[in-house]
Amino acid sequence: MKPGDDLKKIIYKRKNTGKNILTFLVVIWFIVLVMVPIYGILRQVIRNGMNIFITSVSTPAAGHSFKLTLLLTITAIVINTIFGTIVALVLVKQNFRGKLFLEGLLDLPFAVSPVVAGFMFIILFGPKGWLGNWFHAYNIKIIYALPGMIIATLFVTLPFVAREVIPVLSEFGLEQEEAAYILGASKWQTFWRVTLPSIKWGLVYGITLTIARSIGEFGAVLVVSGSIINRTQTATLHIHQQFTDFNYSGAFSAAMVLALLSFTILIIMKCLYKNKEAQ
Amino acid sequence: MGIVIRNVYKRFGDFIAVDDVSFEIRTGELVALLGPSGSGKSTILRIIAGLETPDRGDILLKGEDVTSFSTQKRKLGFVFQHYALFKHMSVEKNIAFGLEIRKRKKKEIEEKVSELINLVKLQGYAKHYPSQLSGGQRQRVALARTLATEPKILLLDEPFGALDAKGRNNLAQWLKELHTKLNITSIFVTHDQNEAIEIADKIVVINRGRVEQIGNAKDVYEHPKSKFVASFIGNVNIVETVIRNSNIFIRGTDFQIIDKNIDTSEDRDLVLLVRPEDVYVESSDAHQGFPCRIQNIHYRGSFFELDIDLQNTYIKAVKDKNIFLKEVWEKNQPAFIHFTQYKIFDASEGHGKIRKKLRQLGYIE
Repeated sequence: MKPGDDLKKIIYKRKNTGKNILTFLVVIWFIVLVMVPIYGILRQVIRNGMNIFITSVSTPAAGHSFKLTLLLTITAIVINTIFGTIVALVLVKQNFRGKLFLEGLLDLPFAVSPVVAGFMFIILFGPKGWLGNWFHAYNIKIIYALPGMIIATLFVTLPFVAREVIPVLSEFGLEQEEAAYILGASKWQTFWRVTLPSIKWGLVYGITLTIARSIGEFGAVLVVSGSIINRTQTATLHIHQQFTDFNYSGAFSAAMVLALLSFTILIIMKCLYKNKEAQ
Repeated sequence: MGIVIRNVYKRFGDFIAVDDVSFEIRTGELVALLGPSGSGKSTILRIIAGLETPDRGDILLKGEDVTSFSTQKRKLGFVFQHYALFKHMSVEKNIAFGLEIRKRKKKEIEEKVSELINLVKLQGYAKHYPSQLSGGQRQRVALARTLATEPKILLLDEPFGALDAKGRNNLAQWLKELHTKLNITSIFVTHDQNEAIEIADKIVVINRGRVEQIGNAKDVYEHPKSKFVASFIGNVNIVETVIRNSNIFIRGTDFQIIDKNIDTSEDRDLVLLVRPEDVYVESSDAHQGFPCRIQNIHYRGSFFELDIDLQNTYIKAVKDKNIFLKEVWEKNQPAFIHFTQYKIFDASEGHGKIRKKLRQLGYIE
């Protein structure tokens, strides 16, 4: 043994202790914040028994709320994927006046409270609203109806796809597209065969976040929908309603369904990502 | 004519990248666009490819004016400095890309791809992704992908720039062989004079967006038309000279230089450019050399480099190892010097500026 080896050992050991403390803290943090609440729901559902779970999630009101959430989520995915990609393409590839302003605006839905966002739409499209009057004249209902809820969901999920695609697209650069042009590919062919596959993972991640937010959105949708049972009540609003009506088993059961749904999406994402890494 | 570039001009904001450039390239030639970074050589290549639009001027390919054509329509090959391989595609998919766009039959594509994989010596790598390949291999995939579409003109932007010295040499030789075999009109951009001298049939020297000289390697090296060319191609001593009493002298000395092409009737400043290998140093006065002093001796592998002090004008000379070792040389010993070949330019050609620029670029000390 050389002199100084002892010291090295001690330093190494001390370092390890520090690492262990950090690992322990992280595990505790996750248990307290994530695992315990999930276990809480699960325990409540199990205690009530499977029968109560099935009857409470298969009431017409619950079924309608799930369908509505699904509809809003799919709409948000389709519209945000297309527009988010276009927004990212424009912001990365084009130079124009006010580009910085537009980029800042993109983050606004993150900064504004969803409830405030909801009220913005009430003011705009409500019965006495500036655009609401106009739509009213054509007998189109926006607030307390599906269009308003779609607009609110789109507003709160607007940044996700664009924000995830922008860095991927910037890193992707121009060269591969230029190489495709040289090889004879048109702009359209280049987009589908070269650009889109390269930004795919940013897109997938942005879509996942959009799904999670659409399923979980409460505030903005609550304000614009009015939470009318069997008409404008989404899954989260349904849970809230059950809870305020003291129907705890109904609330827990519906919450369980939403939690399972989110988990499934996360797991699918992880699996896809693993495949990508393997490639 | 293979390629004609006529009065091409391009500016980016305040920066004039290409300033009224014209040159012609014959079918089948391998041409180097040589110049320091920022000289506009890459921009010229991109203008030929249609990746940049010139503000003025015309591009003719095979006699046809293609200035208004899109990149796709020009049907040429382009190899990017950083390869620009499609990262999400395997080697074979990369190579097949151009053929798939052209809607060739599946069997034909397969045959062509395997033929090209053999040509670029990447057998066994067909299913690999670009991230799994070395720099040299990626460059060869990029070449195969370009050759798949059978272009009549091949443009290469710093094709060896991102490779290490050995890989660069191998690939340069290989490109030369390939060019001889396929006989595609090719232009490559480089800042490395050795590369240009080694493989190009013709060198176009570019500086600050202008063509300085066009010629074969020997022309450009032996008979530089400007101070820039002389100093950029190869190493060169830049020595200040003056005209005194109708004779040319190295400034501050009585070392007289004879050049019959220079009008010596008027006293003025001149610049003499002499390559280190054209500086002849010997320890005896056998050839009536001018007396000087050996200030320093550097070992450089196959040759020795000598710093010579000519009454406070410093000149570099090189001596082949075998010749050098025949005599005993020491620091600070007196010696005699003369120039076997040199070139004199008028100092009014913006000497100071060029020198400053060259120093910044590290081409002179």
